[in-house]
Order: sequence, then C-alpha cells, then structure tokens
Amino acid sequence: MSLGYYVKSFTLWEFVKAHWLTLKYFFKPKATINYPYEKNPISPRFRGEHALRRYPNGEERCIACKLCEAICPAQAITIEAQPRDDGSRRTTRYDIDMTKCIYCGFCQEACPVDAIVEGPNFEFATETREELIYDKAKLLENGDKWERAIAANLAADAPYR
Amino acid sequence: MPKVKVDGVELEVPAGATVLQACEQAGKEIPRFCYHERLSIAGNCRMCLVEVKPGPPKPQASCALPATEGQEIRTDSEMVKKAREGVMEFLLINHPLDCPICDQGGECDLQDQSVAYGRGSSRYDENKRAVTEKNMGPIVKTVMTRCIQCTRCVRFAEEVAGVPEIGAIYRGENMQITTYLEHAAKSELSGNVVDLCPVGALTAKPYAFEARPWELKKTHAIDVMDALGTNIRLDSRGRQVLRAVPRINDDVNEEWASDKTRHNVDGLVRKRLDKPFVRKDGKLVPATWAEAFAAVAAVQHGGSVAAIAGDLLDCETMFAGKALVEKLGGSLLEGRQTGLSYDVSSLSSVVFNTPLADLETADVILLVGTNLRWEAPLVNTRIRKAIKKGAKVFAVGPEFDLTYKVEWLGNDASLLAKLPEAVVEAFKGAARPAMIVGGGVLAKDGAHGDTLALVDTLGLIKDGWNGYNVLHFAAARMGGLMLGYATKGGIKAVAAAAPKLLFSLGADEVDYSAFEGSFKVYVGHHGDKGAHAADVILPGASYAEKAGTYVNLEGRVQFGEKAVFAPGDAREDWSILRALSEALGARLPFDSFDALRGQMVKAVPALGVEGIADYGWSVPSLPTGATGELGSPIKDFYLTNAICRASPTMQQCSAELIHGESFAEAAE
Repeated sequence: MSLGYYVKSFTLWEFVKAHWLTLKYFFKPKATINYPYEKNPISPRFRGEHALRRYPNGEERCIACKLCEAICPAQAITIEAQPRDDGSRRTTRYDIDMTKCIYCGFCQEACPVDAIVEGPNFEFATETREELIYDKAKLLENGDKWERAIAANLAADAPYR
Repeated sequence: MPKVKVDGVELEVPAGATVLQACEQAGKEIPRFCYHERLSIAGNCRMCLVEVKPGPPKPQASCALPATEGQEIRTDSEMVKKAREGVMEFLLINHPLDCPICDQGGECDLQDQSVAYGRGSSRYDENKRAVTEKNMGPIVKTVMTRCIQCTRCVRFAEEVAGVPEIGAIYRGENMQITTYLEHAAKSELSGNVVDLCPVGALTAKPYAFEARPWELKKTHAIDVMDALGTNIRLDSRGRQVLRAVPRINDDVNEEWASDKTRHNVDGLVRKRLDKPFVRKDGKLVPATWAEAFAAVAAVQHGGSVAAIAGDLLDCETMFAGKALVEKLGGSLLEGRQTGLSYDVSSLSSVVFNTPLADLETADVILLVGTNLRWEAPLVNTRIRKAIKKGAKVFAVGPEFDLTYKVEWLGNDASLLAKLPEAVVEAFKGAARPAMIVGGGVLAKDGAHGDTLALVDTLGLIKDGWNGYNVLHFAAARMGGLMLGYATKGGIKAVAAAAPKLLFSLGADEVDYSAFEGSFKVYVGHHGDKGAHAADVILPGASYAEKAGTYVNLEGRVQFGEKAVFAPGDAREDWSILRALSEALGARLPFDSFDALRGQMVKAVPALGVEGIADYGWSVPSLPTGATGELGSPIKDFYLTNAICRASPTMQQCSAELIHGESFAEAAE
C-alpha cells in the first residue's frame, strides 16, 4: 500500500471526482429529449406502421397482386381478391397481423404500385392484441391519415431507388 | 432413323421428328409459344429459333423443321441467344406490363421465358396496341391486349374441340383473335384454351382473381363428373378447392378436361350438408350425430335393408355400405338409380372394352344411341382423332352435332337387327372396328342383346382387339358393378321388396316416391333430391374431401387423393358408416381407411391394382328384338349431378349455352 492510497482514501478523492463529473454534465446540453413532447428526427426510410395508399383521385392503389403476401417472411399478410363490380382486380380482404410483422419492409419493396407502405408512425401501441390485427379499412384509414408524410418520404427517397 | 448432332452430342431421332423434338430428346430446353405437342405445327411465334447446319446462314424455327440425317444443331450459340432476345423483344412490344393484375402471373410462359431468354430491358418507346375484349362464353375471360397471336386456341378449337368458331382477323400488328360473329364458342371443352394460352389473354372467368398459383395446395385426384375418370389436380387454399385442372394421362384424358370437370368446384362450397338432420313431424331439423344415429337405430328393420349408391361414389364408400347392409342381414344393393336393369352376369358385356388410347386407331365406328359430346366429351375427341386418320362413323339414334361427319342411319332400335348392307360391308373390311353403345340404350328391352348380337355380325372381336364398348356416364358405375351394386330387376326390384331401412349413399337421381314406406338414411354431401326425401341425413364428403378408388368406364382402377376437409360436421363417408354400424349393434370390422381398403381389395382383388381390370370376355345370352326410338338420358350437360346443380358457374353455362339466355356483362 502506497502513501497516495491513504491520502486518496482520507480525502474522499473518488467521491470528489464523481461529483465533479456530475457537476460538469449539469452544465452540458442534454442528450435526452422530452418524449412525447419532443421527438427525434427519423429517416425517410423509417419503417413504421403500415398503410394502404390511394391515388389522388381517391382510387385505392392496391391491385391484389399478392406479391407482398408472397414475400412476407413472417407470413403476416393475408389477402383475398375478387373482381370488383367494374371488373377491376381488387382485394376483398387485406389483413396484416402486426404482432407477426417484423417490419422488414419487404412488402413495400415488392409492391409494384406503392400501395402498401410502412409509414413514419411508430406510436400505435394498443391495449389488446386484437387491435393489432389490421384489416383493409384500418390500413386505408392509415393511408389517408399519413399520406402527406408518406408521399414526402417517398419523394425524398426516390433519387436513391 | 436420322442421326443428328445437338450441341455436339450425336443422337438418333425417330423418323419424322422435328428439330425441336430432337433437341428435347437431347435434353435441351427450347423456348416456345405456338408449338404444342397435341396441336398441329404453326411456326408463327419464332421463339424456338436454333442454328442448323447445313442450311441458310440464319436461325431457323425448330418446331417446323424436320430433323434430317447429318444435321448439326446448335442451341447454345451466340446467334441463337441473340435471335431469342430479338424475338422476345418483339413479342413484348405490344404485351402490356400488367403482370401484377394478370391471373396468369406466376404460371405464365411469357413471364418465365422473358426472364430466361429476354434482354432484361426494352428499347420500345412508342404506343402499345390495345385490343377489345371478345366474348368467349361463360368459362373463358379474355384480355386480348395480352395476346401474342400464337394461335394455339384457334388450332385447339378447330382440331380437338371441333368448333371452328375461333379465328384470327386482320393482319400484322392489327391481327386479332376473335370468335365468329362474337358468339361464344359453344364447346364443352372450351376451358382447355385457358391452359393452352401461354399468356394471360385467355383466363378462367369463374376463377378470375381468386388466387395465385404459389398459394395453392395441389392434390392429385380423379374427376367424377363423367365415367371417364379424368385425371385432375385439385388446387386448394385453406378449406376450399379453387380450381381443377387436368393432369396428363395419355391413356385416359391426354391433357384435356371438360368444362364440367374444371368448373364444378364452386359447387363444392354451396348447398352443402354440414350437420346431421333428423326428420321430426315431417320437417328436417338439425341434430347431433348421436341423435341421428339413435333415430336410425330405432328403426325395426328385421333384416329388410337396402342400399342405393349414387353416381359420384368411390369404391371404398360403396364397399363400406355393402358391408353394413350385409351385416344387418340385407342384400339389396343397387347403383343404377334411373331404373336401368341390364344383365351384369358378364361385366365384359357392359364395359368399354377398347382402351381409350386405342380407340383413336379404330377404322370403322358405330355409335348406338349416344350423344358422346355430352356423355363423355373426351371419348368424342378420340373419335375425332380416329376420323382424322380416316375412320368412318355410323350412328343409330337421335341426331346430334358431334363435331364430325357421321352417317346417321336413323333413330330406330330395330335397325340394330337389320343394319344396312353398306354398314355391314364397311365393318367387314375393317381391321379395328368399334361399336359404342350409350348407357341409355341399355334401358330398352332387348337392346343390350341386340348390340351383343352385333359383335359377331360385325366381327368386333379381332386378335388383340375388342370393339364392343358400353359407355356409362356415372363415375361410380363400374366400381359399383364390381362390388355387386346391381340387383336383378334394377331399382324397381329394390322398391318392390319395400326395404324397411334404405341407405341412400349420395343417390340424388332416384325417384324416391317408390320408397314411401322405407326409412331413408341419406349419406351424402349436397342438399339435393336425396337429402330432401331423407328421414335422416348424415353429412358426408364429396370427391374432393376423401381419398378413394374409382373405376372408369373402361374398367380402369384409379386412386384419388383428398384435397380438403369436408365442411362443418361432415365426415368421410366410410367413417360415418363405421360409426353408424356401432350404433346399430353391427360393428363393421375396420377402424381405419387402410383397413377398409385392405378388406375391399381382399374381396375384389382387381380394385387394388391401378390399371385396367380384366373382366375376361363372355357374352351372356340375352333377349333381343328392341324397337322404338333411342335416346340419350342426359338432357343438360352442365347439370347432371348434385355438385353441378349447386355450382353457379354450371348453372350459368346451362342457361347461356344450352338454353340460350344471355347474361348481361358488366361493362368494363
């Protein structure tokens, strides 16, 4: 045991050092944010809650090609299709089980018409699991709600595709 | 046998083979659109280009080029690769890029081959051509913009179906495939053009947008719509069969299937019996299995038990039914629901003796009272093939349009005893004569004997050739006859015996008013005539929902597999009969399907071997001297059984194609 050891012990040197560090950080800018009043910026490629988009004239984009269903590695998507009254190909059922989904983004990559997208929303926690099984109406509603942000993100990412 | 070299490998090909066939024999894949094994060669898609020496210094269409001695064929050269890329680019000029909404997507020749042989990008900037849709009937949906003019459908309609109503008009880029005067092609085989079409121009209308090929479970099954035993593949998703497509079997159906075979499947989910019913105070009310069994057990039958087999049954169900009836002390079994009572002492006298594949080599054919187009469409295509090889066809019976030239002798059964001299002469000179007797003819007293007498008169038996053929139209008929579902005197004798307890195994064509006094237990799958008359209904499985053995009209034993589960409380028929036997205190000695099949094969060994059962050949002596008009019992091709009658597609076909009603199409 050296003399220095005893000096540090008796002067509570470690204690002082720790407090000095604390004091230093007290005057530094904060690294945390005040969620939910503040939020971190997110990338245009952020893969959040799913949405089914529409064309500007209100026509739903999805044509029931089932490529998203085929590529989904978690098999979270279920689609049924039938001819609509006007003869066009449309889904009669489009379900995503959000509890199965792994947010890999393959569905939006596979979509030939940019219908299914993973939007910027990540705040969709629910109280029951049932609420996380999304049907077509819910997804279209998401699309309508987030269209502005989704379109902006797609435009921002377009040069790199 | 010319010797050719394919990519440096020398091989011998059969005389008359084309270069394409030679390449296939060498194991080289040649892309093609217009070429099809069972159709004539057109050579208009140019996708099969190969380099051939000696010859002009340019690629040649291998499908239309005969292989000759000493040819050197290259399928892997730079020239061939470039030629394929060029052809593919031209084909894609006017083809829309709508694969995501195209039903052919995933099983499309153009898709696959453009990935395999195309350039990967297009240089075409001009406008694409658009073509108006055509009316091809209730089965075929058209998106003619996708057409690449391979003309397979045109050739099929003309050569196989025999309805030359599809053709091409205009030329060059404006060429269009259309139906004559926009009339639907009235063919019972029209669904086959959907399989033939290499792109998505012709797709199945009832199946439109239903499913993608990759999400379907594929099961090998046997069709029960007619007695031919078409080999089919049932494509199902979840608990529903979505489509039926033919499997290739050159001995039975080649690679065709009738529209009824293809599109009855939407009837499998409609009007189904999905829980047991018991009749209380004249009304059928839903019940539990135990209640239904108790209702049957309460019947005091004293051994007076009978079973009637329906037309769509597999042999296992019939065997289980027979075992139950015998265990209960009964012996009355019948499968010929409509009252036929022909002699079955020799099964060879009531079977289609000529193997179907051999039928196309027949040189003189006599049809007796049969409308082949409706009774067995794929037998009709065989006869068309025979005619192409020079066969002559005579017919006794009511006149139908059989799509080929037939010499109608008149509609009088007495003609059978005194055929015109010309017919007898024609048969005398024939090496492979054949006679086809419609199942309806056997209903006439003496007609069976008359036709059997013709075997000697016309010399139908030759060395290795038996030309005497009876054409049944029920899938269960030959299996039923092998299992003894025939009572002397037919169903009238069964009714006369007034059984106290009657098991109706999916029998929907029976006149149940003759069984007023019987307690009727219906084991079947559809709420049709049999179920309406029943006192107790036990819901069973249709052909798609149970594995089973089927015997087709030529006595060919075939096995079908189970595609989906029966809906609701319905069970497989054999297990219902087994459980019922327990409730009746006459326990049947099998606990599994395999045990049942084992016992069935033990009882009738021929049912255990796939292939044509050998019935020997013996002619019973039967009364002759039939008179009067002959007729085919099938009045409506599309509505012959309970499944078809429940199918909206078949109802629409019947209304549109047979009764001439027009269905307004939604404007697209």
